[in-house]
Parts: sequence; C-alpha cells; structure tokens
Amino acid sequence: MIFSPALALDPISQFKVQKWIDLRLGGFDISFTNASGFMLLGVVLVIAFFGIAARRGELVPSRLQSAAEMGFGFIADMVRSSSGEEGLKFFPFVFTLFFFILFANLIGMVPYAFTTTSHIIVTGALAMSVIVTVVVVGLLKNGLGFFKLFAPSGAPWYIYIILTPIEIISFLARPLTLALRLFANMLAGHIMLKLFAGFAVALVGAGTIYLPVALLAFGMGVALNALEFLVAGLQAYVFAILTCVYLNDALHAGDH
Amino acid sequence: MIFAFLAETAGDADAGAAFPPFETWHMPSQLFWLAILFMALYVALSRYILPKLSDTIEKRANRIAFGLDEAARLNNQAVEARKALELRLAEARSKARETAEKARVKSEAELASETARVDADVSKKLEAAETRIKRLRSDAMKNVEAIAVDAAEAMIGKFGVKATKAELGKAVAKALE
Repeated sequence: MIFSPALALDPISQFKVQKWIDLRLGGFDISFTNASGFMLLGVVLVIAFFGIAARRGELVPSRLQSAAEMGFGFIADMVRSSSGEEGLKFFPFVFTLFFFILFANLIGMVPYAFTTTSHIIVTGALAMSVIVTVVVVGLLKNGLGFFKLFAPSGAPWYIYIILTPIEIISFLARPLTLALRLFANMLAGHIMLKLFAGFAVALVGAGTIYLPVALLAFGMGVALNALEFLVAGLQAYVFAILTCVYLNDALHAGDH
Repeated sequence: MIFAFLAETAGDADAGAAFPPFETWHMPSQLFWLAILFMALYVALSRYILPKLSDTIEKRANRIAFGLDEAARLNNQAVEARKALELRLAEARSKARETAEKARVKSEAELASETARVDADVSKKLEAAETRIKRLRSDAMKNVEAIAVDAAEAMIGKFGVKATKAELGKAVAKALE
C-alpha cells in the first residue's frame, strides 16, 4: 500500500473490524476480531485490577486495594443514592457496566487500540440489556402497576392526554439515547483526535511554511486528548447513573 | 453535525468504503463476544471479587466500630477511676484536716494546762520568797532597832544622860518610822 496523506488522514479506518480468527456457529459469523480482542483485554484488565486488589483483603489497604475500594464505594453510593437500598441488588450489574465501559473507553485512548464502545451494535446491546432488565424487574415487582410509570399521579385528567404519550415516547427513547450517547461520543471524539493528529503530521510533511499551523493542530490534538479522557470517564459514569435512574423507575413505579 | 457526517459517510458505503460501525457482517460476532465477555466479567465480579471487597470493607468497618466502642468503654473506665480517686483524695484530705485540727486543739489544751501549772508553781514560789523576804526584813529591822538602842544608849551614856531601855526603844522606833 502506498502511503499518502489522504490515507493517513482517513479518520474512519480506526473503526474497521478485522478478523483475527475465523469462526462460525450455525451459519453465523462469530469470528474473533480486533473488536473482540480489545474487549477481551478490557475484561481481563478489569478482572486483573480488582482481582489482585481484592485478593489480600487487608484491613490496612495497599494503594491498589484502596483504589479498588474507592471504585466499589463510588458505584455503591451511586446505586444507593439513585435507586435506594433496594437497588443494591443490581449493584454488581451497574458495577460491571461501569467498569466494562470505562476500561473500553480508556483502552481506546491508547494510539492504535480499538475502541469497542465506538460501535453502535455494542452500545446498543448494552443499552438493551439495561432496558430489558428494567422492564423485567418492573413487571415482576409491580405487575401491571409498572405501567403507572406512563401516568404519574397528581395531575388533572386532561393533562394525561398529553403526558402519557410523552412518557411512553421518552421511555421508548431510553435505549436509543443510552446507546447513541455513548456511541456518538466515542466515535466523534476519536474522529476528531485522528483528524487533528493526522492533520499535524500531514502539515509537517507539506513543508516548513506550514509548521506554525501544524503546531496549532498538534496543540488542538493535545487539548482534545485531555477532553477525550474526560469524556471516557464521563460517558461511563452517565451510562451507569442512567441505568440506576431507570432501575429506580422499575423498583418504585407506583411511588410517583 | 456528527450525524450529518455519519449519514454522508454511511451513504458512501455503496461506493465501496463502508462506514465500519454500520457494516453488518461483524455484528453477530460483536454480539456473541460481547455477551460472553460481559457475562464472564459479571460472573467474575459478582461471584468472587465484589463479595471479597465488600467483605473486607465490612470487616474494616466492624473493626473500627469495635475499636471505637472499646475506646469509649476504656475512657468511661478512666473517668470513673478518676472520679473515685478524687473522692478518696477529698476524703483523705478532710480526714487529715480533722486530725490536724484535733492535734492542734489537744496541744493547745496541753500548753494551756502546762502554762497554768507552771504559773501556779511560780506564783507559789514567788509568794514564799516574798514572805521570806518580809520576815528577813522585819528580823533585820528588829536587829537594827536593837543596835540603834544600844548605840543610842552608848552615845547618851557618853554625854552622861541616863535613859531607860524602854524610852530609848520608843525614840528609836519613832526615828525609824
């Protein structure tokens, strides 16, 4: 392949899925790809981090154990404050979601790494798992009372004509927004990073005259990098806290 | 803006270079591996790691609570011991004051009685001495009278005057007064 600035600047190629091991299962292509590989890396890193940190169980924790316990406390507080004591049943689920997404996002920050959360199928599946959990828990816990969610009590009857469709639409939009928010943030962020970084390199290659502009682009790249680290943490947090909020709706559908 | 960009790029998919997140061939594989890996992570965390972590945190909280309780208990004990000590100290102090007071009173009484005794003794001795002095003086005076009478008899004898002892005694007594 001939190197060309245009190729270097292609911000889309980083999202390309490539087969590492060809696998088939009942007519489906379940090949182990670079996406699967980096997902596996994230899972292994989460397990390694928390496994090693939790193994000793010291009363006076090491730095690693302290960090793991802070993560534990952070998610536990989040679940408790957003879905109440009852929500703690779903603490492992929210914990898994948060660290799965956080590690996927952070691994994506390493140059040449694949960002698993930049694929809508992945974020969509995660969002669906949340919504399915919410609906199943809501129906099991409240029976048909779960549908009170669409008609919050305390409003005059004519308000419900407008309110109920809005509530239904907003409920149906939840998996979509949950999936799209994470997907679009990761995708857009990585495209921007690649564009500015590639632009800086291309400008240096184009001649010394463009050096100041190249430096400007490089500076933008550095700033965006910092921003993307923030986004990586923030989006994992948003995904987890929205999960807690939705679970709260399922657990306390009749309360409002 | 992003979505416009995505749509445009996705539109290009027909032209050959598909937009990877919207390609469909890898979706079964993505779902398959996501399901397996997410489940694996969930099981590993919820079965082994999180219980262990929460166990440790709980154990520490218990230990701290126990330590605080123990400290409160010991503190109470110390406060009580100090109270008891203060009580005993006050008791001992008042007893000491009482004893000292008693000793003072006793010694003062002793002193007073001793002084009185000594005073009486001294005044008795003084009296005895005074009567003795009086007696001695009167004896001495009698001697002086006798001497004066003798002397006066002798002197007037020299002048050739005669007088009786009685007369002389009367005169001497008059002169000595």
